[in-house]
Amino acid sequence: MHTAILFLELGAILLALGVLGALALRVGISPIPLYLLAGLAFGTGGIVPLATSEEFISVGAELGVILLLLTLGLEYNADELVTSLRGNARAGVVDLLLNAAPGAIAALLLGWGPVAAAAMAGVTYATSSGITAKVLSDLGWIGNRETPVVLSLLVFEDLTMAVYLPVLTAMLAGLSFAGGAVTVGIALATVSVVLLVALRYGRLIEAFVASPNSEVLLLKVVGLALLIAGAAQKLQVSAAVGAFLVGIALSGELAEDARALLIPLRDLFAAVFFVFFGLQTDPTKIGPVAGLAALLALISMITKLLTGAYAARRAGIARAGRARAGIALIPRGEFNIVIAGLAVAAGVHPDLGPLAAAYVLILAAFGPLAARLVQPLITAVAKRA
Amino acid sequence: MDVEQTALPGIGLRHEFTTRSGRRIGIVSHRTGRRDLVIYDPGDPDRVCETVTLNDEEADALAELLGAPRIVQRLNALHREVEGLVSLQLPVPPGTPYVGRPMGEARVRTRTGASIVAVVRGGQVFASPGPEFVFEGGDVVVAVGSRESTAAVSDIITRG
Repeated sequence: MHTAILFLELGAILLALGVLGALALRVGISPIPLYLLAGLAFGTGGIVPLATSEEFISVGAELGVILLLLTLGLEYNADELVTSLRGNARAGVVDLLLNAAPGAIAALLLGWGPVAAAAMAGVTYATSSGITAKVLSDLGWIGNRETPVVLSLLVFEDLTMAVYLPVLTAMLAGLSFAGGAVTVGIALATVSVVLLVALRYGRLIEAFVASPNSEVLLLKVVGLALLIAGAAQKLQVSAAVGAFLVGIALSGELAEDARALLIPLRDLFAAVFFVFFGLQTDPTKIGPVAGLAALLALISMITKLLTGAYAARRAGIARAGRARAGIALIPRGEFNIVIAGLAVAAGVHPDLGPLAAAYVLILAAFGPLAARLVQPLITAVAKRA
Repeated sequence: MDVEQTALPGIGLRHEFTTRSGRRIGIVSHRTGRRDLVIYDPGDPDRVCETVTLNDEEADALAELLGAPRIVQRLNALHREVEGLVSLQLPVPPGTPYVGRPMGEARVRTRTGASIVAVVRGGQVFASPGPEFVFEGGDVVVAVGSRESTAAVSDIITRG
């Protein structure tokens, strides 16, 4: 009987997600906010609370995070990361300072304490590379001259995550300052070693993983990623970072093939992950923090616009292009929820989950729309000038 | 003329340049093999106003049209001319003098007046091969010209 109910619930959820995805596609927004809403509806205090499948969904959600980060890592190779770090470090630091600040300050003003501030800093900092990449390609902005600026900021952010997530994990684990420092040291050492190995001996790893058979390739890549993720988790470095680093170590055609194989799997489990986050969030708690989330969203939209304008100006882009760079950076999505998810699991503050959910709901939905709406406006202004 | 190359992390590469008439055009080469031919907006030089997505075959066709206009013109002229125009398929047997050497060294057109318009290798056609094209044993050369000149090409290929 148990299995029957599990299948019924899972089937209903996935089917609902499919329908929502189709709707998002039609309206031209990211499906992420709709997945979150679905999670809210199914969860505790929602319209249709689930009975049995929550355990399965929670494991699925963990897999979703691993796969999200693994495929993200596969998009880049170590060379690109190093080049981008060298060329755009200054813009990257401005991005970090301007956009981590709203979250951190909000948490401190609310009196949630330093750990919550660190988590909220991450929630407002990271642009969703998935949504932004989609906006760029949907609006035909990929060839635009400001686009490399946007992309290298995204690379910088992702790399910052590789350092930030272990730090956050250590803080959330409530380690003492000394213990935390050791963990962070281990994390930094691991990240540097993996990057170095990827740069120097990437070929050896690829030779081991490579296979003309897609089944073998899939099993080897996922196996390796889970193994490293597990080891990273054991070292308190955060499983997600482990998977990200595996993705970076693989490059070239192999990475391309592996990504193509993993994307369907990632889409399935990532959707489960967003639902899971929604499930954990009590929708009745969102109401009280909605105003705050909207304010935070507004502020961090402005800070991203400033970031984009600054970075594009450094690259010699004209005014219209600067505005577009800022707008492209507005969407928040998967990473922010990953960070909030870690904080919620550690029980940092009961309001953090609802606030992050509402915040991402607003920016994941509004970011792409803003780009679409503002595009003709910017063009008109640029033409007149 | 300067062609500017920019890396697009996670996507691929972009090449762009400004034409003498002041228009900016570029090519975005995706890692997946997809190419975008992009044309920039004259009013907002950072913005792409037209994107044409090309697959491998279309990109090759476009490159050929842009890169080898004279060869195409010559072929058209040849076809229009006369009867008596012969197109021959000549095998390059392994061990013959030009195997492993660039086509330019055979100086086929100078010596015979016929043109090598394509080389077929393992089912793949290399249209309008340049002088740097290196022959391999088993290639089939497609030569166009008069009866005498194409026969002379055959002699050159087999005997040197």
